[in-house]
Amino acid sequence: MASMTRQSMTGASILWECLEREGVQHVFGYPGGAILPAYDALKGSKIHHILVRHEQGATHMADGYARASGQVGVAVATSGPGATNMVTGIATAMLDSSPIVCITGQVGSKLIGSDAFQETDITGVTLPITKHNYLVTHASEVARTIREAFYVARSGRPGPVLVDITKDAQQSTCEFDWEAAKPQLPGYRPDLSPDRKEYEQALELIHNSKRPVILAGHGIIISGAMNEVREFAERAGIPVALTLLGLGAFPASHPLNLGMMGMHGEAWVNHTIQEADLLLAFGMRFDDRVTGNLKTYASNAKKIHIEIDPAEINKNVKVDVPLVGDLREVLHELLPHVESIDRSEWLDSIDKLKGDAAVRDIQNLPDSGHLYAAHVINDLWRETRDGDTVVVTDVGQHQMWEAQYYKHEKPRSLITSGGLGTMGFALPAGIGAKVARPEADVWVVVGDGGFQMTLCELATIVQEKLKVNIAIINNGFLGMVRQWQEFFYECNYAATPLLNPDFAKLGEAYGIRSMTVTERSQVVPSVQSARQHDGPVLINFRVEQEDTVYPMVAAGASLHEMIRRPSKIVETAADE
Amino acid sequence: MLNTYVVYVENKPGVLTRVASLFRRRAFNIDSLTVGRTEKPEVSRMTITVDADHDQARRIEANLYKLVNVLLVENITSQPAIVRDLAMIKVAATHEARSHVLELASVFRARVVDVAPESLTIEITGAEDKIDGLLEVLRPYGVLEMVRTGIVAMRRGKSSSTVNSAAAADQDVAEEDVSHSV
Repeated sequence: MASMTRQSMTGASILWECLEREGVQHVFGYPGGAILPAYDALKGSKIHHILVRHEQGATHMADGYARASGQVGVAVATSGPGATNMVTGIATAMLDSSPIVCITGQVGSKLIGSDAFQETDITGVTLPITKHNYLVTHASEVARTIREAFYVARSGRPGPVLVDITKDAQQSTCEFDWEAAKPQLPGYRPDLSPDRKEYEQALELIHNSKRPVILAGHGIIISGAMNEVREFAERAGIPVALTLLGLGAFPASHPLNLGMMGMHGEAWVNHTIQEADLLLAFGMRFDDRVTGNLKTYASNAKKIHIEIDPAEINKNVKVDVPLVGDLREVLHELLPHVESIDRSEWLDSIDKLKGDAAVRDIQNLPDSGHLYAAHVINDLWRETRDGDTVVVTDVGQHQMWEAQYYKHEKPRSLITSGGLGTMGFALPAGIGAKVARPEADVWVVVGDGGFQMTLCELATIVQEKLKVNIAIINNGFLGMVRQWQEFFYECNYAATPLLNPDFAKLGEAYGIRSMTVTERSQVVPSVQSARQHDGPVLINFRVEQEDTVYPMVAAGASLHEMIRRPSKIVETAADE
Repeated sequence: MLNTYVVYVENKPGVLTRVASLFRRRAFNIDSLTVGRTEKPEVSRMTITVDADHDQARRIEANLYKLVNVLLVENITSQPAIVRDLAMIKVAATHEARSHVLELASVFRARVVDVAPESLTIEITGAEDKIDGLLEVLRPYGVLEMVRTGIVAMRRGKSSSTVNSAAAADQDVAEEDVSHSV
């Protein structure tokens, strides 16, 4: 056995061996000169390599894989341009706390600093957008570095880790000993927990509160605390508002669910937050898109912040009680002490804020002959709600309509770029989600602008025979930018109209079954036929060109100051 | 207000960049940063002074801890500490000015470390305001060149900040007289 645990191997072989031992089954990558030794050693590995068309796609796929499964996603690229193409995907994963490990080739260690062909200081470039990164110059460092990279990526507040491996470190050989290569991270503390006094202070605030609201964020999903949050909300009778990345953390159909808060949140949700006397922030970070103007944000409310990252405490909003630790563990500690309190008065007053907006059904509104994105998304929800569906959205108007009109019941059923707002995210992230969860019905919902940023990955879908459904919400505009121009730049539509190719023909050229939908009556049949087809499908939904996402809190405005839909237009006005 | 941090980091390539990059990225303005070896070869020690209010100071500490290579962070601003800066000041000192400059240096307990026909180089160690004071009185003679190390700081008395890089560092550093030797 001793000879099995200690054997002479190349750095490249050690890399794949360590990835296998970390549980990796798929990697997304693109070969090139400095990573070729690693690709040469791939043939002996059980890991399936998915060839992408652009390295940005590889990182988004790894990210989508991670968010769909909770496992670390892996992307591989060569040095120089291969590595720099990963930057956007790494920053996306960083802002949304997604665990990915990026492996890049680097020029030979003797050439470093010489401006060699395809040399880039990628550890320097990615320093502010990774949780941690490494430059590996010896084969003997590969095993420990990979183990540390995975540990750092998935523990604590997850995030991207980049490992840059020189060509000679891949080529040279050394003794491989997995056991001896344990992580050595003396300064890394992912497992903090609050002290007794803080728990007591939190419970006192909770029990004294008359108008509490839970702000449910991405941390609930990362921590796997859905049941604990639900139990907490039900026992204490506290309504739940969700962030964009929190959608799915609490069932949309639950009586205590309020819906999404923030810039494009429902009006009653934002009003509820502004009227609250206690905010319970669960794994969320008071992003400017959810708070609006900080000076007027929930100014009468005490704040309890349960958060794993101590650097988030008092960053944007000053809190009264911080509970720093893993959300699930913290709620486990709190739950036995939470008293059941009748808050029906508060809940009734929220119902009054809702008015009839919450129950209005856009399907019952008359067909005006126009196709609105909200109809497409609402129909998509109706057709796919009962299955194991993952919706992956891009960034812009369609993303907000999806958040408003697709009712997410389960965690990891929505994957979207929240923090960085990366256009071009959806298609590759959808591929990653499908690879992670092949049984799931994956729908990429993407605008015509974002789709064209990474559409080269259609070829990846076909080459890998992946059943991914693509719904292009095509309005011929960079819609959200156009909306800002409409509101804040006197309708000066500078550089927002798009002259698009025929997306259905484009899909056909890739060998993907494609169709174009222009009428509301065609939406449901097109979704049904896409689900029945056993290969990938692209649907080009030609929607109303100048539609607007309402309500809207303008950047920097107070949360209760919303731009509302003008009353004469009601076709999509489920949020009125 | 000016906050003084003692920061222990792993002695590895690129760690100084990580720390400096953090301050730049979070828009915290470093007043002074010094770094050097410690009694343990695998550990480096930094003294960082930053202008920050109370909340910012806490966030700086939390953000420093987010760096994987950072072992221990102590904000010693409100604790009794020995704080030292070292300066070398080259002053124009011709024949007639020389004795005045030497006199001033001796008042400040500074040492002359180089003598040339047209100049004197004075070395002074002390708190920053002491060095500022000497500089002030030397300026009329003509300061030709000056270099300062930036401050280094250490807590007084038996309170000590040391760290064992091979073991997880104790994060609770607020208590008085707690030794972090492991």
